[in-house]
Amino acid sequence: MNPGRQKIYSAGLFCKVRHMEQNVSNIKRLSNPIAYVLSVCGFLVLLFMVIGAVYYATVAVDYHWRWFKVPKYFMYKSTITLYAEGYGEIDTIVDNRDKKDITVTTDAGTRTYTVPKDSFDWIEGDMVSPGDIVASYEGGWKPGILAKGLWVTLKISFLATIFGIILGIIGGVARVSDTPVLKWSAITYVEIIRGSPLLVQIMIFYFVLGTTMNKILLMNGIPKLDPQWYGVMALSIFTGAYVVEIVRAGIEAIHPGQVEAARSSGMTYFQCMFHIILPQALKTILPPLAGQFINLIKDSSLLGLISIRELTKATREGITTSLQTFELWILCAILYLLMTFTLSMCVQYLERRTATK
Amino acid sequence: MIDVISIYKTFYVPHEVKALVDVSNKIEAGEVVVVIGPSGSGKSTFLRCLNRLETAERGQILVDGVDIFDPKTNINTVRAEMGMVFQSFNLYPHLTVQGNVTLAQKLVRKRPKKEREEKTRMLLEKVGISAKAKAWPSNLSGGQQQRVAIARALAMDPKIMLFDEPTSALDPEMIGEVLEVMKTLAKEGMTMVCVTHEMGFAREVADRVIFMDEGMIVEEGTPEKFYKNPDHDRTKLFLKQIL
Repeated sequence: MNPGRQKIYSAGLFCKVRHMEQNVSNIKRLSNPIAYVLSVCGFLVLLFMVIGAVYYATVAVDYHWRWFKVPKYFMYKSTITLYAEGYGEIDTIVDNRDKKDITVTTDAGTRTYTVPKDSFDWIEGDMVSPGDIVASYEGGWKPGILAKGLWVTLKISFLATIFGIILGIIGGVARVSDTPVLKWSAITYVEIIRGSPLLVQIMIFYFVLGTTMNKILLMNGIPKLDPQWYGVMALSIFTGAYVVEIVRAGIEAIHPGQVEAARSSGMTYFQCMFHIILPQALKTILPPLAGQFINLIKDSSLLGLISIRELTKATREGITTSLQTFELWILCAILYLLMTFTLSMCVQYLERRTATK
Repeated sequence: MIDVISIYKTFYVPHEVKALVDVSNKIEAGEVVVVIGPSGSGKSTFLRCLNRLETAERGQILVDGVDIFDPKTNINTVRAEMGMVFQSFNLYPHLTVQGNVTLAQKLVRKRPKKEREEKTRMLLEKVGISAKAKAWPSNLSGGQQQRVAIARALAMDPKIMLFDEPTSALDPEMIGEVLEVMKTLAKEGMTMVCVTHEMGFAREVADRVIFMDEGMIVEEGTPEKFYKNPDHDRTKLFLKQIL
């Protein structure tokens, strides 16, 4: 193939991909465009083969896919049903703008319900018995169990990320200091937290620390904390320990000349740290930090064990009611993937922004 | 102004080296002192001791009568009066040229915004680099970076400037522009201690040349005498090697 044609070819379908690769290296094994396209096709074939094989296997075991049942786990139209509370009768039915007010007097008392016009089939004076449906109407869209779980996972991951960063930066700065109280505290923290399984730590936080703290709170007349907060604590302290090491590595990678320049102009240790070292360290810290927070999102799935209804636990509960095992677990994985992928994209964007300097 | 009284310094890593052995000297206000010597002779260590980037294990350094190795001394206030310029420039890569010159004025001198911006503008003009005020250090040539570094040191209005081989990392054609700036400073009466092998600079503006070898001051004197008629054989040998 002559160079001219190759040029035209590379301006075609795959030029974007190939352009990116050219930034990495000039040494390319697949310099022949046909070989390149074939290789891409090979990847796609492989991908579809795996998906096909999984699908075929499920058909073979007679699994009935019911994807149409899945959306209701995100959003569903709720129905509100009002029941009569005792024996009695319908007193009055009065217009209330575009709705109606039904007043029902039973042996349990008199109650007035404001309901849409077509939601009942009564006239004034009708007798009611306990359990009779006074009115039934659509109550609007409600988030389903998976949507709620997703929200809890997002909330917990977000909070734990923020606290994890704060802990990690404080710990990282303490880790590189010469003061034994700071340095040794940081080392102890990191070694203890990294040395035990997260699951065990979550249990300790909820069942040991949580029980103790809730008792102390109750003794002082303060209501006990929601399990979510113990989950956030466990995750941020766990992540913080890893961030400490990442921050330390980032700080140590800065050329010592930077510290000398800053200190020789009269800056204090902390001014130098926060204006010179950390802003520069951020660049090297970002990629491993992203990995750590992706792990954090995934690790939040363990919190289901302390009765926090995050995405994984929500999926399990969804399955126990619907028996939609395959769909819901696959969906659950896809949702985690979406969250981690978004985070990874955001960090890559930040990396590119800091790199242009 | 600076009184160095018999300082000793030994490095133990990677192996034991006596970097300074009984070094004493007195630097007067307005004096320009050039320190030369072979690699490993302790001249950089000597310079870095002057603002306590290295601590001596014995001896005293008095800056305006203040003992800088005394733990009670606030070293930051002493350092704020001493500008330092490094061989490898050490500009802050995450800040623009302007930011580099302004930062310490803000943090250490606590100057109001208007004042420090005015000062920065003036200094960048002085070192001939005002056009690059908004540029990033990585986009400047070595000579330009070193001039920014000098402006950054001057921004603190130091009483004394320390230069640690400021031209050694530069391409030959850029040495001149940096030396020009240093000469201007010297002629303005700035007290300067320069570790440099630039003989032209030493001859033109230095009041005194100090020759160090193996951690000791071997010889010192006026540039004329030092370059033309040195006393010690070691000095003669060294001058023969570099000329």
